[in-house]
Amino acid sequence: MSRFLGIDWQLIADNHEILLGGLQYSLTLTASSMAVGIVLGCLLALARLSSITPLRLFAAGYVNLFRSIPLVLVIFWFYFLLPFFGFKLGPDKSVFITFAIFEAAYYCEIIRAGIQSISKGQVGAAQALGLTYAQSMRYIILPQALRNMLPLLLTQTVVLFQDTSLVTIIGIKDFMGANVVVASNNGALKEMYTFAALAYFCVCFPLSMLLKKLHKRIAVIR
Amino acid sequence: MIEINKVSKWYGDFQVLTDCSTSVAKGEVVVVCGPSGSGKSTLIKCVNGLEPFQSGSISVEGTSVGDAKTDLPKLRAKVGMVFQNFELFPHLSITENLCLAQEKVLGRSHAEAMEKGLKLLDRVGLKAQAAKFPGQLSGGQQQRVAIARALAMDPIAMLFDEPTSALDPEMVNEVLDVMVQLAKEGMTMMCVTHEMGFARKVANRVIFMDRGAIVEDAAKDDFFGQPRSERAQTFLSKILHH
Amino acid sequence: MNLHIDWGILWQESPTGDGPYWQLLLTGLQWTAATALSGWVIALIIGAVVGVVRTAPIRTLALLGDAYVEVFRNIPFLVQLFFWFFVLPEMLPKAAGDWMKQDMPRPEFITAAVGLGLFTAARVAEQVKSGILSLSRGQKNAGLALGLTLPQTYRHVLLPMAFRIVIPPLTSEFMNTFKNSAVALAIGLTELTFQMKQMVEYSNQVIITIFAVTVLYMVMALAVNRLMAWIERKARVPGMIAGGGK
Repeated sequence: MSRFLGIDWQLIADNHEILLGGLQYSLTLTASSMAVGIVLGCLLALARLSSITPLRLFAAGYVNLFRSIPLVLVIFWFYFLLPFFGFKLGPDKSVFITFAIFEAAYYCEIIRAGIQSISKGQVGAAQALGLTYAQSMRYIILPQALRNMLPLLLTQTVVLFQDTSLVTIIGIKDFMGANVVVASNNGALKEMYTFAALAYFCVCFPLSMLLKKLHKRIAVIR
Repeated sequence: MIEINKVSKWYGDFQVLTDCSTSVAKGEVVVVCGPSGSGKSTLIKCVNGLEPFQSGSISVEGTSVGDAKTDLPKLRAKVGMVFQNFELFPHLSITENLCLAQEKVLGRSHAEAMEKGLKLLDRVGLKAQAAKFPGQLSGGQQQRVAIARALAMDPIAMLFDEPTSALDPEMVNEVLDVMVQLAKEGMTMMCVTHEMGFARKVANRVIFMDRGAIVEDAAKDDFFGQPRSERAQTFLSKILHH
Repeated sequence: MNLHIDWGILWQESPTGDGPYWQLLLTGLQWTAATALSGWVIALIIGAVVGVVRTAPIRTLALLGDAYVEVFRNIPFLVQLFFWFFVLPEMLPKAAGDWMKQDMPRPEFITAAVGLGLFTAARVAEQVKSGILSLSRGQKNAGLALGLTLPQTYRHVLLPMAFRIVIPPLTSEFMNTFKNSAVALAIGLTELTFQMKQMVEYSNQVIITIFAVTVLYMVMALAVNRLMAWIERKARVPGMIAGGGK
């Protein structure tokens, strides 16, 4: 009875603490990277569209760099570099920095597209009313851009949640890492990896479906 | 009040404005017309610094627009502008559209801004729509809200950039009525428009532009009576007899 | 902390027995390229088929196509690789499973390439589908009205245009195959990031190693980008804005 879909559910129940702990770690990492990533991404997007050349070049360089190298590589960057420069943070904390910095590049491009989708007339109207550049961004352009891009930002967050599984590679007990530990402690690779695949699917699939619906429902403001 | 002196503007090699000079006195209503691509919208956008220009000067009540030291947001807050495509902020309700700049730019309290906004909304006949969003209004209604939004800043002058050309024909008059009313109350106005009926009714002067230059700048009766330039005559005959 | 930058390290013998360190990195580069390119070929073939099938009027097939895409997009790539590497041999009939475990040549590479191909195919399929759907219905009807069969309409009318439209989004998917191939270090493939990790651990030259490997990845990304831009130029239809109005 405890076997269903080729998974030993008794084993899962016996190890529910470590698995739940892993899931919690994955979710925390996702949430914090999303929050910091979107804020950083906003700033980067504004810099990319700025008329100040050094700022624009910096942001373009940042985004192009992180979009052309693997996340695994960036995880190792910080894994090796932080201790090398004397920061004793420990990998399970340092990946919070890694992910925020890496994801900001992706959120930046989504937000930039969102800003560019707002017509130039809106900027003109805001300025004609006497709003400063910062005010028109804050009250007029960014609220519209973020709203138009909400489904894409959330879709990127589901991708980000899946990406957090990569921290397993440097031995962190996120959800996948917890599965690896249980699998090797009990010699149950087949069961635990099937379970992990199923569990990720059960979290991500409904979210993806929901976001598809949201995408259709949110009227894009033009 | 508005002094435009030998203004020229280029997009790269292409000259869009050539030595444009004119002025608008306090209380005066000036209509700017001309074929499309003649530079009239560009000129009016230069007045509040939405478009930069390369030579010449524009001053509004003595403040130079092109001067790098000029506080453009402050100047723009004094000059109201109405756009061809309304440009209400779609994510804000009608009252929020009316209050935003009053609060953020002029520093009015929310209560003050609301009171002013509702008064103006009433004036353009849309008080019932206060809680709606721009997307729920017709084009004519949106443009009237846009006028109220500009008026809420207590502007010393109003700029209109083809305010009726994006409207369906049956909505043109509701917007023109508001503008006529405004002119009669003594507002200083510079209007880019093809509505010659409006020009006849309230304009003091008519400016005709073609290929980036001011070809004719005449009192209303002279302009409609006998335009001096051939180009203005052709233009007038085209838009008056159809 | 060793801030001294000594490029000579690249010519020193590595303790892995692979020759000097530059050769270690070169081996990694080769495996990365081999995995990415074979994964990409698999992804293009499966992705095109699945993408077309999802727009076809045969309902069961379209649903199967949708299911494929959802399964492969909603499970992390790392988990998929673990599944193919550790679970699949156990689930197959004993003979096949034993062959995979014992006799299959280069098991990490084959698993990585096929796994990457299947994973990327879901994304390619998504792009192909939206490319086909972005063509106006009129195009399909025009093809059918001329007497072409539905497969002929796909073959001669819809697919040629759809493929041109999806070139820009496919560029980024192609780049993703290079980036995602790094995940295969988890199943022991000695690709570039794996070699970087080895070199850092053996040589302790953190800065040089990380810098060199990062540059190599960026060069690969640039190469893919240029290649796809070249293909896009070659495939451009005169009078049409390439890339579906970008």
